[in-house]
Amino acid sequence: MEQFLQQIASGLANGAIYACVALALVMIYVSTDHINFAQGEMAMFSTYISWQLMTWGLSFWVAFILAVVFSFVLGVIIERAILRPLHNAPVLSIVVVFIGLLAICNSVAGAIWSYLIKEFPSPFPKSSFGIAGVIGPHQLGVVMVTLIVLGLLFIFFRYTPLGLAMRAAAQNPQMARLVGVRVDWMLALGWGLAAAVGAVAGIMVAHIVYLDPNMMGGILLYAFASALVGGIGNPGGAVVGGFIVGVLENMVAYAGNQIEKATGIYIIGNGEKLTVALIIVITVLTVKPAGLFGRVVVKRV
Amino acid sequence: MAALLEVKGLKAFYGQTQSLYDVGFEIPDGGITTLLGANGAGKTTTLRAICNMVRTDGTIRFAGKDIAGQATEEIVRLRIAHVPEGRGTFTTLTVDENLRIAAYTRRDKAAVHADLERVFGYFPRLKERVQQQAGTLSGGEQQMLAIARALMLKPRLMLLDEPSFGLAPLIVQEIFRILKRINEDDKVSILLVEQNAALALDLATHAYVLETGRVVMSGPSSVVKNDENVRKSYLGY
Amino acid sequence: MPAFPKKLLWVLLALAFLVPLLHPLFPDVVSGYRLFLVSTMIIAAIAVLGLNLLTGFNGQISLGHGAFYAVGAYTAAVLMDHLNMPYWATLPCAAVVCFIVGYLFGLPALRLEGHYLALATFALALAVPQILKYRWLEGLTGGVQGIVLNKPEVPFGLPLSEDQWLYYYCLIVMVVLYWAAANMLDSRSGRAMMAIRDQYMAADTMGIDTALYKTVTFGISAAYTGIAGALSASAIAFVAPDSFTIFLSIKFLIGLVVGGVGSLAGSVVGGIFYVLVDNSAQALSLFVKNDLGLQFDLSAYTVFGILLIVLMYLMPMGIVGGVYLLMRRLRALRG
Repeated sequence: MEQFLQQIASGLANGAIYACVALALVMIYVSTDHINFAQGEMAMFSTYISWQLMTWGLSFWVAFILAVVFSFVLGVIIERAILRPLHNAPVLSIVVVFIGLLAICNSVAGAIWSYLIKEFPSPFPKSSFGIAGVIGPHQLGVVMVTLIVLGLLFIFFRYTPLGLAMRAAAQNPQMARLVGVRVDWMLALGWGLAAAVGAVAGIMVAHIVYLDPNMMGGILLYAFASALVGGIGNPGGAVVGGFIVGVLENMVAYAGNQIEKATGIYIIGNGEKLTVALIIVITVLTVKPAGLFGRVVVKRV
Repeated sequence: MAALLEVKGLKAFYGQTQSLYDVGFEIPDGGITTLLGANGAGKTTTLRAICNMVRTDGTIRFAGKDIAGQATEEIVRLRIAHVPEGRGTFTTLTVDENLRIAAYTRRDKAAVHADLERVFGYFPRLKERVQQQAGTLSGGEQQMLAIARALMLKPRLMLLDEPSFGLAPLIVQEIFRILKRINEDDKVSILLVEQNAALALDLATHAYVLETGRVVMSGPSSVVKNDENVRKSYLGY
Repeated sequence: MPAFPKKLLWVLLALAFLVPLLHPLFPDVVSGYRLFLVSTMIIAAIAVLGLNLLTGFNGQISLGHGAFYAVGAYTAAVLMDHLNMPYWATLPCAAVVCFIVGYLFGLPALRLEGHYLALATFALALAVPQILKYRWLEGLTGGVQGIVLNKPEVPFGLPLSEDQWLYYYCLIVMVVLYWAAANMLDSRSGRAMMAIRDQYMAADTMGIDTALYKTVTFGISAAYTGIAGALSASAIAFVAPDSFTIFLSIKFLIGLVVGGVGSLAGSVVGGIFYVLVDNSAQALSLFVKNDLGLQFDLSAYTVFGILLIVLMYLMPMGIVGGVYLLMRRLRALRG
């Protein structure tokens, strides 16, 4: 039983990470219809920035905030400089540009910080935090930090004029222009926020998966699965989807483990996590493309 | 009195196709002007051209300033409110948010609140539905919302594209009555594009008739109304 | 896109067959290593050709062709390792297996367009190394360790070195596959494929069985790339899961984009190009460090990434497409 609870708790911690990256993906998707394949690598890059700042002597939280701000600025710059001029380009061109960004982030991080795996600290106190036997201090901390970030974002989008303008620009850009919203800047701002949320996820997960330039590959795949489960056009859905997928992932591995114990036959385990995500992605895409909470959007031909 | 909006030699293009050739007109400050014409004559395009939503060429002066070529959002910030065809509702936002987004560019927050109350005075039905998702409103309510939203910009000029389209006659009457009040009480100049020429000519002081992207006739409404060709082509008697 | 000039094609082909024989004359220029390098370029060209059939000619985006390359490579390796199958016989087997896998993946892909298909294939590419390590397959695939193979032996007592033979072997396979692709594209089916790319709805209403064409194209495309994978297994004499990461698929994409989306000749150029950059990365890095004085380990992927983005701005049709466009403009200027 205790093991089961542990699995759920660690699933929630992973889910919090997936929720953040999925939300970042969805934020870009709803405003531009693009799927940012470089989201994971951008987050990885920001995580290295925070690591670098810490090795220069800054405390964890100062490095955290600086890295998140850096990501925000980087996101805005990427949107304005690289994607804006291509906004009418065919899908293939956009996809290719994202893959190009992915390759650049990954290889530049490797060039600057090498491909050696690095330890990454946890900012949460080891003794007084968490519930013994159920949830570890870092896992609890991750869930709390991501919930705070998600809450702040919710308040921003729901209750501030700027957040409202960003939602309006995403929903109906032409009409948003007609009420004086500078839509181009709203998209760039959305990119910045998405990059910042991704950075939060990267910095939080680095203690668990260790820091290396390929650390986000699997997480990005899970974030895709989460965004799809929640409905790729639905920010709230992406967050819930993240937690669902996080718990599901651990439950599948746990069930596989139990089956192996009972019958001695290995079916599925930790080694198949990415395969599980792949199956979720393809199943949702083909069977229920609108996700669990999404609306079906009829595309005009 | 000087013209609020002055358009000269306006051309507009959709891709390679030209849809306006040399359109020119003036809107007096405080008046209601209407553009008449058959389908495809270029009425909607003219409105879109004023807000730089299509590729245009020519002079557009608003309150004495040349605005041609400026970005749509910057033109809107000069307080030109465009109520587009199909109403342009933000369907996933609430009625309240649809109204507040229009005041996004305004800095006079106290006045915004007062304007909200006044808008609700014009359209009490919107007040009842203030927390409802705008996409769930009826057609008439969405048209009211579109006009209300335009008012929240505190406009000097309102561009209205087919406000009667697809609505029941009673609702159309109500909307036109409110438009008249908006013009008289709030001193908003109006440029109205309308299929229903009889209605438009009753409301407007001036009228321009467009045919295949050119102005073919203009004058005070009373004169245009009694023109033989206009009567036959647009009024149907 | 205009066809590649026939005469030039024959000249190039003749050169390709004759150059290795110059080894005794210029042992340093036509070295064994260089021939091996060119062989890997040919393999890359075939893989990119496969991707181009799907993405360039049929309009279905794939970011996961590394998966089919892996399936081809492993099919060949397993057959050679477990059944002692001769290396040349593995090619048709890899083609069939990859066709089936590609066809099956093409079925769900029918419901996906544009970004979504890119997403599904991207997910596939990310998951491939892990699938290859699956415990039940370990007996066949050798798990993380992979499979070590033998290099192809020179047949019929031909007076060739191993590298020379490998080169001829790859070259013959490519010529046959290129010829088959060119013929297919020139046929009714090929025009249907491209009609689907250009006007999906219209093709459907014209009575083209779009579903069939799209899935079969997926299969053929996977088979081409799979054959390239099988060739690479023989050439490198080794397969392991971690050679088939997302970055392999990115290399194919680079080949596709550099050469030209929807150009057969471009696929060859693209394949050659990415191997060339990949192999010059060290030299490039040294150049940056020593000659430019920058302390930066420039890797091939930085070059690839920048190229991908820059090309989308400057030459969205790829280098071959861009050259054609330039030639046409020049001709228009003159005449």
